[in-house]
Amino acid sequence: MHDIVFAAANFINLDAVNIIYLFVVGFVGGLVSGFIGSGGAFVLTPAMMSLGVPGLVAVASNMCHKFPKALIGALKRAKYGQVDVKLGIVLGISAEAGVLYGAHIQESIKKAFGEAGSNLYVSVAFVVILAVVGGFILRDAWKAYRSGNMHEEEKVTKLARWVQSINIPGTMVYFKSLNARISVLFTIPLGFATGMLAATIAVGGFIGVPSMIYVLGAPSLMASATELVIAFVMGLGGSFKYALHGLVDIRLAMIILAGSLFGIQLGAIGTTYVKPFMIKVVMGVIMVIVLFSRGLMVPVYMSQLGLIQTLGETTVKALKSTSFAIMALALLLGAFIVLRAMWQGRRAERAATQEVLEHGKL
Amino acid sequence: MSYIIRRQEMANNYGGTRKKPIGGMILFGIVSFALYAVLLVKQDMVNEYVGLGGLYAFFPILIAFIISYVHGSFTGKFWTALGIEASKRKKEVK
Repeated sequence: MHDIVFAAANFINLDAVNIIYLFVVGFVGGLVSGFIGSGGAFVLTPAMMSLGVPGLVAVASNMCHKFPKALIGALKRAKYGQVDVKLGIVLGISAEAGVLYGAHIQESIKKAFGEAGSNLYVSVAFVVILAVVGGFILRDAWKAYRSGNMHEEEKVTKLARWVQSINIPGTMVYFKSLNARISVLFTIPLGFATGMLAATIAVGGFIGVPSMIYVLGAPSLMASATELVIAFVMGLGGSFKYALHGLVDIRLAMIILAGSLFGIQLGAIGTTYVKPFMIKVVMGVIMVIVLFSRGLMVPVYMSQLGLIQTLGETTVKALKSTSFAIMALALLLGAFIVLRAMWQGRRAERAATQEVLEHGKL
Repeated sequence: MSYIIRRQEMANNYGGTRKKPIGGMILFGIVSFALYAVLLVKQDMVNEYVGLGGLYAFFPILIAFIISYVHGSFTGKFWTALGIEASKRKKEVK
């Protein structure tokens, strides 16, 4: 009961400025999520905390805005034939297990090394995973751009071809996004890793989407759309878990949702105008920039743990502000690329249509 | 003749003269606004119930589903009414 009273007492007062701030952050986050399947959430938790929301309530409220947002995004993109519901649910179930295990690891680290230890773990996870996966995605997108194959259908990787060639009787399932039967056993570690990352850095899609593309062989557009199904499954389970402890600030979640539902619809529409490699460009750019943002915080937490010389208060403050600013920049840049690509796509389509109509005049 | 009609239909579609869902947008917009107004005006009561946890965990989940349906319908119609729709060239990914 004490916990419950504590949680309710930590629901902040909302004024007009806070509401507008959350709405705008929600919109930008939704725009990016609608396009790449996830990616908006990492900035929302710190954004809420900057308003004085306790960390756990911020995580819970973020989760509670995520699942309805992902649902609307998935429905929208399903209209364009981009969603593989079966793959999303299969991956979502193992992702749910990953979320629970990831949260458990977080709690254990927090108990053993305190808040700074937990923050250091999160930041190092950010830097290592984003460097490896983000670097790989950007390299792939750059190769496609350089070779001029942006219009061509994406090639299935060697690894994905191998995964699709393995036959384990009793576990084979056909997935439309892969246009192949694969063993569901391959999906378990991928979903689990997605969930673990979601529990650690709030964005499971940075593992989920690349693994669907490069390990299973799904096209980028379908992978990013299917990620929304995974986010829905994970978010619903996670929200319920937090809601059981009375930690969800539903007002915060719904205000962010108000903005993000505008954004996610627009991001989803944007996917129909761009070349598939743009999904990789946006995802890779965001991942690499966020990597630097979190990298800046590593010395702060190391100094708090006494692993390096103690940093001055001014230095810590400057590093924190710069880190948050870079993170916001990553999201804004992602949103800018999405809007620009969409604008160019629409303009090209209008020009082509005009030409058709002019030629067709009798 | 049928060719000319088809061509005219295509021009109409691309020209954006199709009926825009203004009525639906306004209706869902009003309901969405009303839901948000209730949520914020009655925030003390909402916080109290949500903060209870336990079986009341269904309460925030239910709110999220209702608002996502109403507000999601509104935002979808909002972009359509503004003429921002999916590309007509590639509806499906292969």
